Amino acid sequence: MKYDLEPTLPAPSSTTGVIGWMRRNLFSNATNSIATLIIGYFLVTLLGPALQWAFIDSDWFGDSPAACTSGGACWAFITYRMDQFMYGFYPETEYWRINITFLIFAVAIIWLVTDKTPYKGYVSIFVLFIYPVIAFYLLYGGSFGLEVIETHKWGGLSLTLVLAIIGIVAAMPFGILLALGRRSNMPIVKAFSVIYIEFWRGVPLITVLFMASVMLPLFVPEEITFDKLLRALIGIILFQSAYMAEVIRGGLQAIPKGQYEAADSLGLSYWKSMSFIILPQALKMMIPGIVNTFIALFKDTSLVLIIGLFDILAIVQAANSDSAWLGFSTEGYIFVAFVFWVFCFGMSRYSQNLEKRLQTGHNTR
Amino acid sequence: MSTQDAREVSDKLMIELRNMNKWYGDFHVLKNINLEVKKGERIVICGPSGSGKSTMIRCINRLEEHQEGDIIVNGVELTNNLKNIEIIRKDVGMVFQHFNLFPHLTVLENCCLAPIWVKKEPRKQAEATAMQYLERVKIPEQALKYPGQLSGGQQQRVAIARSLCMNPDVMLFDEPTSALDPEMIKEVLDVMIELADEGGMTMLCVTHEMGFAKRVADRVIFMDAGQIIEENEPHEFFNNPQHERTQLFLSQIIQH
Ligand SMILES: Nc1ncnc2c1ncn2[C@@H]1O[C@H](COP(=O)(O)OP(=O)(O)O)[C@@H](O)[C@H]1O
Ligand SMILES: [Mg+2]
Repeated sequence: MKYDLEPTLPAPSSTTGVIGWMRRNLFSNATNSIATLIIGYFLVTLLGPALQWAFIDSDWFGDSPAACTSGGACWAFITYRMDQFMYGFYPETEYWRINITFLIFAVAIIWLVTDKTPYKGYVSIFVLFIYPVIAFYLLYGGSFGLEVIETHKWGGLSLTLVLAIIGIVAAMPFGILLALGRRSNMPIVKAFSVIYIEFWRGVPLITVLFMASVMLPLFVPEEITFDKLLRALIGIILFQSAYMAEVIRGGLQAIPKGQYEAADSLGLSYWKSMSFIILPQALKMMIPGIVNTFIALFKDTSLVLIIGLFDILAIVQAANSDSAWLGFSTEGYIFVAFVFWVFCFGMSRYSQNLEKRLQTGHNTR
Repeated sequence: MSTQDAREVSDKLMIELRNMNKWYGDFHVLKNINLEVKKGERIVICGPSGSGKSTMIRCINRLEEHQEGDIIVNGVELTNNLKNIEIIRKDVGMVFQHFNLFPHLTVLENCCLAPIWVKKEPRKQAEATAMQYLERVKIPEQALKYPGQLSGGQQQRVAIARSLCMNPDVMLFDEPTSALDPEMIKEVLDVMIELADEGGMTMLCVTHEMGFAKRVADRVIFMDAGQIIEENEPHEFFNNPQHERTQLFLSQIIQH
């Protein structure tokens, strides 16, 4: 018997208008309909007034509370002090240095996360080795004719970003070494890594910061005046590298044994097989986990306010108690929450996106 | 059988295992193994599952460590000395049951990595050599693809090319066709037969492909329970097995 080839038909149309969509998705059965109604009720009763307060009755600009006459949110409090919230006490004439520093970083990161951009290797090397030097001289100064800006003048969102970015970038290599150490055959190396990781994972970051600011000066000679920011950074890096190590260890464990054996049988040394075979696969697999720890760290940086550094939360809190602008702390905290949310949401979306791409990628075996 | 006459097997010893013993914990997995392989010899190793075939050939390039006896490869003794292990691994290529290609690298990069980083060949030269070997295993057109885009048979041929790129004196094959779909077994065996017929390469193949053994082997070795039970040239081995365990094993694989 002979069969004829069937023609290829277009997929049936699934759009039946708004009503059809609602019926299928919101009111498909009794439970779904009740859930829709309850959630809808809360959305209307809670969100309505919130939107009214935040947008409809709000005042956005002005140089004193007198500008806020509409009865809703007084965003003038935020916009009036926006510079301080972004740059801390950095001299106004030098803002451009911060802007350029973060602009370069943003361009490099966008370059790296965008698909199919060339020279990713060189850009990574630039970000890891050259950029930190540039960023140091731009932000701190002291050379190339740039005046020194002491770190106690740093603050606001730029300080938060400095803490988070340095924290994560510097913790990465330590995390890799600790993860490798924990899987090492050498008992001393292994014991050190395990003790280190378990110690730092068992201590809250806030204690680490207290220790860094109070105890570290006790151990180092008096002549060495340790910068407060540097102390906080050391604490954050020590802490973060333990978490990073555990994430990376998960990646290393997920690499099949055959990969190690193939590398060995080709005569690759331990470090070469780690650098070219194992780590590239493990890190790629662990990008979502790494982004997650980064999100956690990014939010945790706000703890530095307890040791007297003015990150964005601390600086907004300080502004709350300004006698000229009393009574606007709600606006202040909402603003801080919004800034954190924007960054964390962005990273979270990026990581989800990556996860999807890695799952369907051509080289996932 | 005429091609077999063209091969030369020199008198030089390539691999020597002398009274080699290995344990996994308390489990005595290899018992007093003695084996001499001459340069250019082609050996097929067979035996029931769990008899220690993989473990034995994995000891030869130190993927597994033996505890007693000597292993000498190309005049270098395998000890804990990392330098010796390094030298031996440069001389010995290995092909695995599950290919073990590097999934994040293209076929060409898979082949070039070790020549560039272990033998310090210039990239251009390594790539040229790799293309040559990819042609020999008949997949030069796949050079820029990733392993995940290839069929099992193609992946195994890439794995063979990857090992050959290091220009080894010895090739170890650990059941290279047993993870393949039936229709792909032949393309891999053909490549191995060609390699064997060229001569010069010392080959140790763990395989149950008896046709392959009859066609290329100089010697067939039968292992059971961690021991070498019997060894003979293929004609005698298949037609006139001495040991009853060998007879049983052969009757089983011929029946199925
Ligand atoms: N890493 C290991 N630890 C403990 N026992 C093992 C290990 N690898 C293999 N074995 C045991 O050693 C024996 C020989 O294994 P193997 O050499 O893989 O056999 P074959 O390749 O002949 O099937 C088997 O009984 C197996 O269970
Ligand atoms: Mg086996």
